[in-house]
Amino acid sequence: MKTIMKLLSFVGLAATVLPAFFVFLNQISWQTHANLMLAGAVLWFLTAPVWMRRRI
Amino acid sequence: MSTLTERLDALYEFDREPVPDNKLQGAGSFIGVYAGEHVAGTEFVIGPLFVAHGVAAGDLFAGLLLGNFLAVLSWAFITAPIAVKTRLNLYWHLRKITGPRVLFVYNLINALMFCFLAGAMISVAATAVGLPFNMKMPALNDLYPNSLEWIVVVLAVGAAVTTLAILGFEKLARFSKIAAPWMFLVFVAAAVAVLPKLGVTSPGDFWKVANEKIWTGVPLAGQSKFTFWHVMFFAWFCNLAMHLGMSDMTLLRYARKWQYGFFSAFGMYLGHFVAWIASGILCAAALGEVAPGPIAYLGAGIAGAMCVVLASWTTANPTLYRAGLALQTATPDWKRWKVTLAAGVVTTIAAVFPALMMKLLDFVALYGLILMPMGAVIVADFWLLPKLGLKSNFAEWKNLPLSWPAALTWALTLSVCFWLPMEIFFKGLPGWFIAVALFVMLSYLQQQRSRR
Repeated sequence: MKTIMKLLSFVGLAATVLPAFFVFLNQISWQTHANLMLAGAVLWFLTAPVWMRRRI
Repeated sequence: MSTLTERLDALYEFDREPVPDNKLQGAGSFIGVYAGEHVAGTEFVIGPLFVAHGVAAGDLFAGLLLGNFLAVLSWAFITAPIAVKTRLNLYWHLRKITGPRVLFVYNLINALMFCFLAGAMISVAATAVGLPFNMKMPALNDLYPNSLEWIVVVLAVGAAVTTLAILGFEKLARFSKIAAPWMFLVFVAAAVAVLPKLGVTSPGDFWKVANEKIWTGVPLAGQSKFTFWHVMFFAWFCNLAMHLGMSDMTLLRYARKWQYGFFSAFGMYLGHFVAWIASGILCAAALGEVAPGPIAYLGAGIAGAMCVVLASWTTANPTLYRAGLALQTATPDWKRWKVTLAAGVVTTIAAVFPALMMKLLDFVALYGLILMPMGAVIVADFWLLPKLGLKSNFAEWKNLPLSWPAALTWALTLSVCFWLPMEIFFKGLPGWFIAVALFVMLSYLQQQRSRR
């Protein structure tokens, strides 16, 4: 379960940062990038709390 | 005063003992904490302010590289060695040197500074919350609220932040660690996405555009001109209270080795290099707009505005909590929620004035400068006094309620610093050496007198 959540979290981070580079390369529109970033944020905040632990 | 001291001690009671070996943390924890703490709401303001102050591109990159390097060295060679030798937090270590009365004043000043810092973060969040309402954003030279909407939004954000701080600090602290990696990537993504708007269509265009359209070397109207030295000293001293001011002893006392101080590089180069550059790019793409909400929205849409709110909130909340903790020493009969509420009210009133956000560089410099002399006192007491045949932790040894060498060092150093004919960004360096010299001299006088 934790592994799946971790995987989904990293997909969320990828959806946050990668679309910007496609905008830079003129491959996708700014609006698509903004939508994907929002989806990435939702995915990250739903899954990261499951496996991230605070130690200090 | 003795009851006051007891109350103050009681607040930090759970932290009184040195950290035991089984509680020490590995490298990964420090990388995470430093990277998380230094990618915050302030980063959305500092990058644009460098643009507004007309920093040239070469000066910015060189100044940030060197200034952050000096900050890392300060953590590694000044803060960490004392933290791992004493394993005590700042409060208990400083108490041994200064006595509880000086520490009480230090705590109150610190609390006030925390309130203003949290206030700046509430202002930052308000610029994002106000976006759907078409709120008129504060401009760079605005010192007072510019509209009724601004006041209403700030009060609403302040109320929300204060309520959440009252409801629970631990969960919020955990949330801020979770948000950190995402926030860093939002900075990067937002900046990359607006580069084509500035005319950068391939990596080779970047440096030319950086010089001509972003960090042009020309300040905006009403702003002073910043040079390489401003950038370098600001990058070095924006966390002056934490490294040379020693407040990160509280964190680094958990380090297995003093070399963990070098992990501060993750905070410096991700937050104070990449994020400042990213927010500067966003500011230029927004044609000089400095309000964080609109510039983040321009780069990343709703996720950008969310990032501004979360980055500010995760900075404001622990800051408000720490302010409450420090203020509680002055309000003994008040429960924690009431103290946090009082700190929240002060913070929210301060946040109504956009000056706090727009003059963040000056405020951050002032904050570090005011607390720095106590860090110099710790360093002098720990390393120099024993070498000169003097006693360290003299106040504790003699059971003194107040160390007059520490109190005088603090007051005289700040007086000299404010008198020095230079900009506030540069005063920390001479100030630190002045404080070390003063404390050694005054301790010598005190201890000679007590031997007679």
